[in-house]
Amino acid sequence: MPAGSPTMQQRRDPVERERVRHGEHVIEHLLRRAGFGAGQDEIDDYLELGFAAAVQQLLNYERVPDDVDQLIGSPGYVAVTARGQFLPRTVINDSRQRWLFRMIHSRRPLQEKMALFWHNHFATAYTKIAGALGAEEGARYMAAKPTEDPNQVRGQIELFRQYAVGNFRDLLLAVAKDTAMLVWLDGRTNIKGRPQENFARELMELFTMGVDTFAETDVYAGARVFTGWNLARPSNAYYTFSYVAAQHDTTAKEFTFPIYSNGSKVIPARSADAGMQDGVDLINAVAGHPATGPRLARKLYQYFISEVSDPDAGLIASLANTYYRSGFEMKPVLQQLFTSPQFVAAQNRYARYSWPAEFVARSIKEIGWVGFSVNDALGPMANMGQQLFEPPDVAGWDLAANWFSSGAMLTRMNFASQLATNQRFNLRDIARGGRSSPDALVSLMLDRLTAAPFAREPYQALLDYARAGTAWTGSDAQLLVKAAGLAHLIVGSGDYQLV
Amino acid sequence: MAITRREFVRGGVAAFTVSFAAPAFLSDLARAQGRSRQNLVVLYLSGGNDSLSMLIPYNDPDYRSRRPTIAIPAANALQIGSDRSGVALGLHPRLTGLRTIFNAGRLAFIQRTGYANSSRSHFEGTDIWSTADPRVPQGNGWLGRYLDTLPSPIDPLTGWSTAGTIPRTLQANRVGVPSIPTIQGYAFASPNTGTEVQYARDSATRIASHLPDDQPHLAFVNSSSQAALATLDRVAQVGTYTSSVTYPNNGFGQALRMIAGAMVKGVGTKVFWVQTGGYDTHAAQNPNQANGSYTTLMATLNDGVLAFYSDLLNQGLLNDTLVLQFSEFGRRINENGSQGTDHGAASVMMAIGGGVRGGIYGTAPNLRGTPDNPTLENSGNDVRYETDFRAVYAKVIDSWLGGDSVSILGANFRAGAPAIF
Repeated sequence: MPAGSPTMQQRRDPVERERVRHGEHVIEHLLRRAGFGAGQDEIDDYLELGFAAAVQQLLNYERVPDDVDQLIGSPGYVAVTARGQFLPRTVINDSRQRWLFRMIHSRRPLQEKMALFWHNHFATAYTKIAGALGAEEGARYMAAKPTEDPNQVRGQIELFRQYAVGNFRDLLLAVAKDTAMLVWLDGRTNIKGRPQENFARELMELFTMGVDTFAETDVYAGARVFTGWNLARPSNAYYTFSYVAAQHDTTAKEFTFPIYSNGSKVIPARSADAGMQDGVDLINAVAGHPATGPRLARKLYQYFISEVSDPDAGLIASLANTYYRSGFEMKPVLQQLFTSPQFVAAQNRYARYSWPAEFVARSIKEIGWVGFSVNDALGPMANMGQQLFEPPDVAGWDLAANWFSSGAMLTRMNFASQLATNQRFNLRDIARGGRSSPDALVSLMLDRLTAAPFAREPYQALLDYARAGTAWTGSDAQLLVKAAGLAHLIVGSGDYQLV
Repeated sequence: MAITRREFVRGGVAAFTVSFAAPAFLSDLARAQGRSRQNLVVLYLSGGNDSLSMLIPYNDPDYRSRRPTIAIPAANALQIGSDRSGVALGLHPRLTGLRTIFNAGRLAFIQRTGYANSSRSHFEGTDIWSTADPRVPQGNGWLGRYLDTLPSPIDPLTGWSTAGTIPRTLQANRVGVPSIPTIQGYAFASPNTGTEVQYARDSATRIASHLPDDQPHLAFVNSSSQAALATLDRVAQVGTYTSSVTYPNNGFGQALRMIAGAMVKGVGTKVFWVQTGGYDTHAAQNPNQANGSYTTLMATLNDGVLAFYSDLLNQGLLNDTLVLQFSEFGRRINENGSQGTDHGAASVMMAIGGGVRGGIYGTAPNLRGTPDNPTLENSGNDVRYETDFRAVYAKVIDSWLGGDSVSILGANFRAGAPAIF
């Protein structure tokens, strides 16, 4: 029996019953998964569309204007904190703030959600880029937007936004030429006679096929394939990909798996001038390798559907099939995923462990943000185990239950307290609708915060908290204390960590 | 069948019974467990340490010819003598503190540690060193399995990870080891004051005690809250620790300071985890430059360990402490085109402590790059292991922790163990 379903069926909690009756629960579920949760206004908008149209709107976001960055600093939105000027192009903490702002306020939530997926998949850490090129350049190659850069530098996260639901093979090729990646996995120093294995190894082990699908000799051959894929620095103004023909190893490279559709495992010897095609051939081969589609499908399943039960084998095969048949396009894969019966199945609701970025963005969207700066979330996020632009290594973050060490969980509880403290007046105003009794207040707060249905005993613990102390009057002074206190307890609960 | 806490973490769940013990407020429980006050501090150098730049066979002609730009000149190596095969060895010039500890007879180098068919993958390699199982590197860690042998109930603070996550090495069935990277953040906060704080803590404790069998993922998350709430008062005591020396103001140094504080305050922890990263030196190692990346790594290691050693010596705790260092693999003998080194095989382990019989154990590789060289593998490109790393673990389990290495490691590795105690 899949975890979670008995509680779902019993629906002990009256708030949950009400949500289900109105179909809100499916929309809320969709927005937690395809986005970062939603405040009441957003939920109402998507409710009006209905589930099917909501999926289409989230997927086909090209129709939605990409204007979110212009809202930074405007009243009515979460704040950022600048030290002097706000410089997300060159100051990494500002880049982090801008990304959190986008997670909270973008009208293209799936684009941000997939950018986060790719950031973890191609996990590149700012520190190494900054160590090699300097702090400002480090931020630039991680996060600059071409429209704001004097040389139209496209930072790595912008690449992930561009290809968020795009073609995976094209994304691989762009990543292989990405400045930050060329520094991160040392491709910039990969030259003939002295091949550098780092990128070739992770291309196969982490970015596509997966561990145990290739041999050490494939790593050595792959390193030679990418010799000459280095960096140049035009006019000393910026770093950019450059194929240096003179540094390319022109001899043939043999692999243990097929490179070409005729089954050939050998990339032929080529002239130095034509040698860049080696890398394109290898990228085509690993994108089309039979292990890559299922591996991507499993990662997407865990990111969007469930981390607590084994992926449905039929759905994985079907998603992989769509991946190959479409020529590696991600949008049809995601379309199929969101409209699958598994996506909306009751046992898959609240069946993922929220990433710190998801937890922080969702709690801000649900508790409120006016007067709160995302800068104050950066330190807590690092202690929860996820500093944006700083994954622990090229394998990305340790996901699922691994987020929940006691120290990280305590940090989440304390962030809930910090945010509730900051938003206490806002929460008091919301809570006036529940001033008639402690029960009414608990119900209202649970509804507002879209937590998984609370079982009887934890629900009672919330109620006892609301009742504790002086007799209930429902006064503003009492609501000021109890609404913030309940927001802290609910958002800091285990139930709320599941999305 | 009870599928337990950490199998659940790694293995996913279909059926699962919450069988790990609920943490209890039992202040001296952990110290009463095991056989003494003895602590183990596991020190992980993350990324694959280029041990040929740390413990240097500086007279080997192939060392210089195969590393034309990154070899450390004999004159710069801190000479510490020769191993039993007569190979002269020296430390990286920045390791002056480690030389002091070595000269005091409290530092053991165990050369060429590893295993057959060494993995060149960071992730698989780390899993192998963590589980002590090169064939199926899944499930709990070797120290987690040790913790599981302690009498019930096991206090959560028996283990302490100073990293932000719980390393696989400390993953156990019967106890969820806490990660406590800093003391300051490890406290209960509330939006309110006065009695409201206690009401909130009581409520949070009740919510966290909900461990439903039919929702193992919720039970798991709640158990992490529960472990936090059950340990934070004791951890807070460590925040009052005044060290006898000044530690380096970096993450590694401050983590070691916290560990010393936990030992001095007697919170009951037996196994600590500390790590320092950046060892994946594919490019620009520059071990000969003062600000080169490998030199910086050695500086962090040296200064942190020396402060820790000195502090424990002053506190009278050195004899209770063993530091055991490892990394997931060594690196290629030839330098690559980027003045760095790619992934290799066997490496060097260190053991430091008052009970350690210091010295140089095992034999250095001969770096002659021919396929028939028995000290190398991979056509003479990588260092071949001589001492199975599990033999070192066996020695630590049997002689330091008072456990049974045969049952914990699943086989008898005692025969090859270096006599470091």
